[in-house]
Amino acid sequence: MTDQAFVTIKNAAKSFGKLQVLRDINLSVERGQIVAIIGPSGSGKSTLLRAINELDPLTSGEVWLEYVQINKTLPHRQHEAHVNQVRQNIGMVFQHFNLFPHLTVRGNITLAPRMLKGLSEADANKLAEEQLAKVGLTEKIDEHPSRLSGGQKQRVAIARALAMKPKVMLFDEATSALDHELVEEVNLVMKQLAEEHMTMIIVTHEMDFAASVCDRVLFMDQGVVVEEGPPAVIFQNPKEERTRNFLRKHLSR
Amino acid sequence: MDTELILRVSPFFIEAAWMTIKLSILTAILGLTCGALGAAARLSRLAVLRWIAAIYVSVFRGTPALIQIFILYFGGPQIGIQLDSFSAGTIALGVNIGAYMTETIRGAILSVDKGQTEAARTLGMSRWETMRKVVLPQAARMMIRPLGVNISAMIKGTALIAPISVVELTYTAQRFIGSTYKPFEMFLLSGILYMIIIYVVGQGISLLDRRARIT
Ligand SMILES: Nc1ncnc2c1ncn2[C@@H]1O[C@H](COP(=O)(O)OP(=O)(O)OP(=O)(O)O)[C@@H](O)[C@H]1O
Ligand SMILES: [Mg+2]
Repeated sequence: MTDQAFVTIKNAAKSFGKLQVLRDINLSVERGQIVAIIGPSGSGKSTLLRAINELDPLTSGEVWLEYVQINKTLPHRQHEAHVNQVRQNIGMVFQHFNLFPHLTVRGNITLAPRMLKGLSEADANKLAEEQLAKVGLTEKIDEHPSRLSGGQKQRVAIARALAMKPKVMLFDEATSALDHELVEEVNLVMKQLAEEHMTMIIVTHEMDFAASVCDRVLFMDQGVVVEEGPPAVIFQNPKEERTRNFLRKHLSR
Repeated sequence: MDTELILRVSPFFIEAAWMTIKLSILTAILGLTCGALGAAARLSRLAVLRWIAAIYVSVFRGTPALIQIFILYFGGPQIGIQLDSFSAGTIALGVNIGAYMTETIRGAILSVDKGQTEAARTLGMSRWETMRKVVLPQAARMMIRPLGVNISAMIKGTALIAPISVVELTYTAQRFIGSTYKPFEMFLLSGILYMIIIYVVGQGISLLDRRARIT
C-alpha cells in the first residue's frame, strides 16, 4: 500500500444490534499528529476510538496501524493473539481512569510490562520511576490509587499507558470526570506529550484545549464525520451548519 | 433440665462435633471446587459449558439437599455407585453447596467494574491474564463474605446427613434421645455446639474479610 498514514481508518461502520453508530468513516492520522474528535453526546466518538484498539470491533471497514491491519479477520485464537500484540502499541486513557485498585501505583504501571515484555523487577521499577517522573508523581509510587486525587489518578493512568511504549495514544474524555481545578494538571501532561510528538487521538469536550494542542479537529454527529480541518478553520470558520450549531452551544460556556 | 445427663453424654457430643467439623471442611473444599469450576463454566465463551453449568445450578438449587443426599446414598447402588454414608453425604452436600457458590463466585466476578477489564485488555493483556491479575484479585475480596454465608448455611446443612447414619451432631442427639427420652437437653446440646462451630467460622471469615480490605 502506498501513502500509508500512521493510523488509518477506512470505510468504518459500526452497529450495536440494529443501532448504527458509525457510518462510512475515513480518517488518516500521520505520525506525530494530534487529532481531536469533538461532537455531541452519542455521536459515536468513543465508539470510534474504541474501534481503533478493537474494544468495540467495527462491523465493517478497516483499521490500520502503520502496515498492520488491526481488525484482521482471523480464527478466534489467532485473532486474540494478534489483538493482544497490536494493543501493546496503542495506549488508551479512559474518562474514569480505570486504575487497578488492588495494586499500588508501581504495580499499576509495571503489571503489563512485566507480564508482556518480561521485564525484570529492577527494570520494571526503573520504568515506573521514569514514567512517574514524566507525569510528576514520583513520590506517589507506593500509594494505592484510592489515596490519589482524580487528577493524580489520571496522570498515573497516562503513565501506565506510556509504560508500554505505545506508538499512539487514545484519550477518551480524559478530563471529563475531573473537578474543574484538576483539569489543568492532566492537560499539561497531554501538552507535554504533544511536544514530544506522540501521535494522539483525543476525544474531548474542551474546545480550548483542542484548539491549542491539536493539529486537526474532527466534528462528528450521528455517526459520521461532518467536518474536519485545522482548529483555526473548525473553530473560527466552520463550513457546516451542524458544526456551527454545536460550537455555538459549546464555545459560549 | 438434667445437667448431670448433659455432662455424661458430652464426650459423645464432642466427638460428634468433630465429625460435623470434618464433614464441613471436606464439604467446603468440594463446594469451593465445584463453585470455582461452575463459575468458570458459567462465564465461559463456550455455550456448551455455560449450559452445563446453568443446568447444574438450577438442578441443585431447585431440589432439596436431602433428596440429593438420598438419591446418591440410597439410589446410587442401583446405578452402580456404592458409597459409604460419610462419602455419600459429603459428596452430595458439597456438590449442592457448590451450586450456590457457583452463583456467589460468578456474581463477585461480574461485579468487578468492566473498566478494569478494558484497561487491562487495552494494555495488551490476554483474557486469562486479565482474569488472573486484575479481575480475580478484586473479585476474591468481594466474595469472602457471601461465601462465608454459603459456608455457614452448609454447616447447618450437614444436619441433613444424619438420616443416612453419619454420627454427627444431629444423629448423635437423636440417638441419645432414643435411650434417654430427653429431647430438650439433647437438641440443646447439639444446637450449642453447632452455634460454636458457626461462630468460630464466622469470626474467621470476618478476619479474612478485614485483612483483604486493608491490603
Ligand atoms: N456497548 C453498546 N451497546 C449498545 N449501544 C451502544 C454501546 N456503546 C455505545 N452505544 C450507543 O452508541 C451511540 C454512540 O455512543 P458513543 O459512546 O460512541 O458516543 P459518544 O460520542 O462517545 O458520546 P459521549 O460524548 O456521551 O461520550 C450511542 O447511541 C450509544 O448509546
Ligand atoms: Mg464517549
